[in-house]
Amino acid sequence: MMHVGLFLAFLILGSTGGEIAITRGMKAAGEPERLRPRELLRFLGKALCNGWFWAGVPLMALSFYALLVLLSWEPISFVIPASALSYVVGTFGAKYILGEDVSVARWVGVVLVCVGVALVALG
Amino acid sequence: MVPEGRLRVKTLVMVCAMVVCANAGDLMLKRAMLQIGAVELSVTGLAQAFRMTVTSGTLWLGIFFLCGFMLSYMTVLSWADYSYVMPAGAFGYALLTFFAVVFLHEAVSARRWAGVMLICVGVLLVGQTKPRTTPASQQVLAA
Repeated sequence: MMHVGLFLAFLILGSTGGEIAITRGMKAAGEPERLRPRELLRFLGKALCNGWFWAGVPLMALSFYALLVLLSWEPISFVIPASALSYVVGTFGAKYILGEDVSVARWVGVVLVCVGVALVALG
Repeated sequence: MVPEGRLRVKTLVMVCAMVVCANAGDLMLKRAMLQIGAVELSVTGLAQAFRMTVTSGTLWLGIFFLCGFMLSYMTVLSWADYSYVMPAGAFGYALLTFFAVVFLHEAVSARRWAGVMLICVGVLLVGQTKPRTTPASQQVLAA
């Protein structure tokens, strides 16, 4: 059971840490002016040259591998509800690391989504 | 300065792309891992699992969809808040349940419907907030 908890921590912290690093990289790369293939490719090229993006990739890879291992051990009805905690962890990261202004409405929304995802996955 | 209405519309478009790709990708991954079986926690077990995953067509199809998810996710994060996009993406869980009832005629428990309701209310609440509360792109690292 301990290894399930360990891989769950890898899944949650890896995905949250990776997404926060990638968000930082994307903000630095600048948004594409139009959602057209050429603009998107240029945007992707700029993003790939950003250090924050490459800091996020190994964390996301760790999280992805932890997800695969957990899915092979446990039913999806356990893995997805448990990983829903990442919504709360991610919001803390957004507020304290990315400096986003998380209003009360957004906090309430995040907690409702977190509980909702857990209920849906439990079936 | 991008008008807020336009910002909301393009955020919605990219979140929809995220939701479709993420759900398709997750379903493919689960299917592939069911075909591969439980991963054994040993050097040989992990190596064997790695070999089987890289040769699984279903897993690669899942990865293709997840790449689509990643591209739309990265794009939307270049202008919108992480704390806005992340919960909005959870709308996919509600959508999947709805499709399961309408198209597959699956029976859905009261608990799952309660979860769907909470997700919808949560996403609506998050959707009411401003998609971007930090400085516009390219100002973050310069600050």
